[in-house]
Amino acid sequence: MAHLLNTSFIPSSSSPTLRPRNPTILIQTRRPPTRIVAKIREIFMPALSSTMTEGKIVSWMKSEGDKLSKGESVVVVESDKADMDVETFYDGYLAAIMVEEGGVAPVGSAIALLAESQAEIADAKSKAASSSEAETTNSAAESVGPTVVAAVAVAPPQVKEAASLSLSLSTHPASEGGKRVVASPYAKKLAKELKVELGRVVGSGPSGRVVAKDVEAAAAAVSVGPTAAEAASVAAKSVGIELGTVVPFTTMQGAVSRNMVESLAVPTFRVGYTFTTDALDALYKKIKSKGVTMTALLAKATALALAKHPVVNSSCRDGKSFTYNSSINIAVAVAMDGGLITPVLQDADKVDIYSLSRKWKELVDKARAKQLQPQEYNTGTFTLSNLGMFGVDRFDAILPPGTGAIMAVGASQPTVVATKDGRIGMKNQMQVNVTADHRVIYGADLASFLQTLANIIEDPKDLTF
Amino acid sequence: MQSSLSLSLSPHTSLTIPRPNQSSFATSAKPINLRFCGLRREALGDFSPLLTRRVHLNSITARRRSAANLVVSASLSGGNGSPPKSFDYDLLIIGAGVGGHGAALHAVEKGLKTGIIEGDVVGGTCVNRGCVPSKALLAVSGRMRELQSEHHLKALGLQVSAAGYDRQGVADHANNLASKIRNNLTNSMKAIGVEILTGVGTILGPQKVKVGSDKVVTAQNIIIATGSVPFVPKGIEVDGKTVITSDHALKLESVPDWIAIVGSGYIGLEFSDVYTALGSEVTFIEALGQLMPGFDPEIGKLAQRVLINPRKIDYHTGVFATKITPAKDGKPVIIELIDAKTKEPKDTLEVDAALIATGRAPFTQGLGLENVNVATQRGFVPVDERMRVIDANGNLVPHLFCIGDANGKMMLAHAASAQGISVVEQVTGRDHVLNHLSIPAACFTHPEISMVGLTEPQAREKAEKEGFEVSIAKTSFKANTKALAENEGEGLAKLIYRPDNGEILGVHIFGLHAADLIHEASNAIALGTRIQDIKLAVHAHPTLSEVLDELFKSAKVKAQVASPVSEPVAV
Repeated sequence: MAHLLNTSFIPSSSSPTLRPRNPTILIQTRRPPTRIVAKIREIFMPALSSTMTEGKIVSWMKSEGDKLSKGESVVVVESDKADMDVETFYDGYLAAIMVEEGGVAPVGSAIALLAESQAEIADAKSKAASSSEAETTNSAAESVGPTVVAAVAVAPPQVKEAASLSLSLSTHPASEGGKRVVASPYAKKLAKELKVELGRVVGSGPSGRVVAKDVEAAAAAVSVGPTAAEAASVAAKSVGIELGTVVPFTTMQGAVSRNMVESLAVPTFRVGYTFTTDALDALYKKIKSKGVTMTALLAKATALALAKHPVVNSSCRDGKSFTYNSSINIAVAVAMDGGLITPVLQDADKVDIYSLSRKWKELVDKARAKQLQPQEYNTGTFTLSNLGMFGVDRFDAILPPGTGAIMAVGASQPTVVATKDGRIGMKNQMQVNVTADHRVIYGADLASFLQTLANIIEDPKDLTF
Repeated sequence: MQSSLSLSLSPHTSLTIPRPNQSSFATSAKPINLRFCGLRREALGDFSPLLTRRVHLNSITARRRSAANLVVSASLSGGNGSPPKSFDYDLLIIGAGVGGHGAALHAVEKGLKTGIIEGDVVGGTCVNRGCVPSKALLAVSGRMRELQSEHHLKALGLQVSAAGYDRQGVADHANNLASKIRNNLTNSMKAIGVEILTGVGTILGPQKVKVGSDKVVTAQNIIIATGSVPFVPKGIEVDGKTVITSDHALKLESVPDWIAIVGSGYIGLEFSDVYTALGSEVTFIEALGQLMPGFDPEIGKLAQRVLINPRKIDYHTGVFATKITPAKDGKPVIIELIDAKTKEPKDTLEVDAALIATGRAPFTQGLGLENVNVATQRGFVPVDERMRVIDANGNLVPHLFCIGDANGKMMLAHAASAQGISVVEQVTGRDHVLNHLSIPAACFTHPEISMVGLTEPQAREKAEKEGFEVSIAKTSFKANTKALAENEGEGLAKLIYRPDNGEILGVHIFGLHAADLIHEASNAIALGTRIQDIKLAVHAHPTLSEVLDELFKSAKVKAQVASPVSEPVAV
């Protein structure tokens, strides 16, 4: 038992019926090492089985401020095997819940704070607030985080003066002049979830009762909370944006924001190049019927060029050394509702163009259904971002932290060019712009990489082998 | 026919072997008062193959003739000392519900001339206003839940466009099922020669009953099986439209937007499953401090997490509904709540409908019990552990028995039937005491809840008193292949047992098909099978039954009396 829990807090009087099968687990608490006032303990995610790496909070059986006594069940955790009730080993007050119901936390990370006395609850709360800023406990945000790039334009944030809820505050008949609120059970649940104050919602149900759709309408109007924001589609957003409101970041937006700030610590530079794509376009026309996409062709060409320039496929993480990545994984930025994600075509240099195209289709479908597995979006070694479909002819991408280079691809369009023999001709041309980490990749590296890529694109027979 | 045969034979074969440990069990255990109507095996098929039936009938009549002597001797040994008279019936049953039906079939099997009195409709509560129609509604709600669970369907790779329902169609399904089962029940009794007497039965004196307004019949033995009606606390005005009981709710005349359910026992829980699947929102009102007070606490907690919290349900616990006024003149149903302890007014609810599911009251009024000097206790007929009726002076009333909800021992349809069979065993000369701790109970929510024997607190209390140790074993449905294939891994099975001798004290299951899974455990308890023996039994793979297999295997029975010394011991 003790080895399963990895803790020294197992009481010697541990009941003999407590076997690994028994889903009653004592919570482990630890004193934060840096804290001076040591009356606040962290409750952290227990390891409920030997294979468990993270756990999902199924439900909190206690709410913030509740008194806990030793041995009482506090939280239900879902591990890879079963749901288990987790008990506390200390008396005290549940001061702050750091991972909400439905959230996932790695084993050993703090999920709540336990205060010894009521006076320390506020203290613990502020601590929880500051630490949750730093470390996001939501797995979705964390896994998306490192791979987010800012190449895709994000709608300008609606930062206006903080307005109170834009709802009229008429008293409704069911409230007896505002003294109490009559709301249906689901409306109450939704209100709690969407953080809508029921007293301010005007009911449209029988006798002015607040029903679910009233709460949803209220939540949409003020866009409170991540749930509402996530649920709203891009289309709905552009229609339903309430001017003059302050909108908190969704978890994905928060992750993008952090990554963008982090990228400022990397010294980057840019090199541009113009490719003639007549041959590539012709090839595309020929094999389009076999399900090959332009994205796959570009990824394949890039991967073949990277194979000859391993330094462009390298990455520097600590500023002291860099890694020649063993495989060439091309990440391609995809815009999604309320953010973007970078599905990865792994070993793009080795996989044939037809398989690569199929793989790409599969990844996009998964991304749309939000079912991408972490290794499918966070293992990229080189990123492609293409805004050509919007008619953009050139742009500049920000380097995602942890990778060496990103290539911004513009539209391929007919251009009047002067040829070497002094004639004027019409050719399809495409501009690219590579952003790279100058700590490891130098100007000449990028230049020769782009030259190789240009040769491949202008004579693309190698792409189909 | 197959099912009718198994119906008349299986109770007989399973119950004629009295276990030596049963009587001690039944006397020492606290009577459990579960207010619930469980499904029995009355769902038998049509009696179509005439030929087979004839053969069956002949064998019955032959047996009846040969058993005539036995009946006389049984009446002599009955102990009332009076000379044998001639009676209209060997056995007369008042009430043709599931309990009376079970007793009648077994009585014919034993060769008794049997009559059954029904003042309303054959089938009683279970078939007409209880377990049977509610199962029809729950079958609908289960399918609705599956079709509405987009996440679940997607995980299986299924695509279904929006699911909808036709209220009248659902109501008809429940009603048709009830009439079909009622006909089957009636036919099954007529087919073997049980006389059905229509009219209200009133006891006139010992061994004498009036049927309807004038007819008087006599019988060697009489079984009261009049059942129960929904209990409505005072202050609650039932109008049958907006303030209803289960009787009305099963007709499904409306699906209100918001319904308050008073009582969170089996009945309330099952209806919350139906109503939320059909789109209603539900508010539970429970007088005790927690929801689902009858369940093992751990199962109750898990059930609340799965059946209450994620659904459109909220609840008030520790409150009484003192006054409920039906909707009228455009006003909603108004429910006044007071704190159960302090009796202070607490809240007022305004809802579209209220379902009263506060349990059931025995239906014993007008039965003429005063004619045999029997005083009911809160309406229940007092009986001993052999279902013999006790009179006001504490003496047994000869030849009078009471089974089912009317005695309140265990308010389950199949318990009533088992009690009836037990009584028939006794009057045909074989002493029999029913072990109520082996009677399973089930709640047909999605997923289902089932149980048999003691809950963990009850077992610990008993252990403390009698000085033995109690151990608990648990298995999760998450580890079961079949459950995972169905994508229904949510569930828990819990075994409460004695580690010293391997006796099963109780089993509680929450999960897919729990109601069907419990019988392996209830049979083990009924037959006295120990864990060390049942854990060697083989279960087909992959099936849900492996949840119980794993449960038994995970139990640690300490001493195996038969085993030799396992380690060398210095002597």
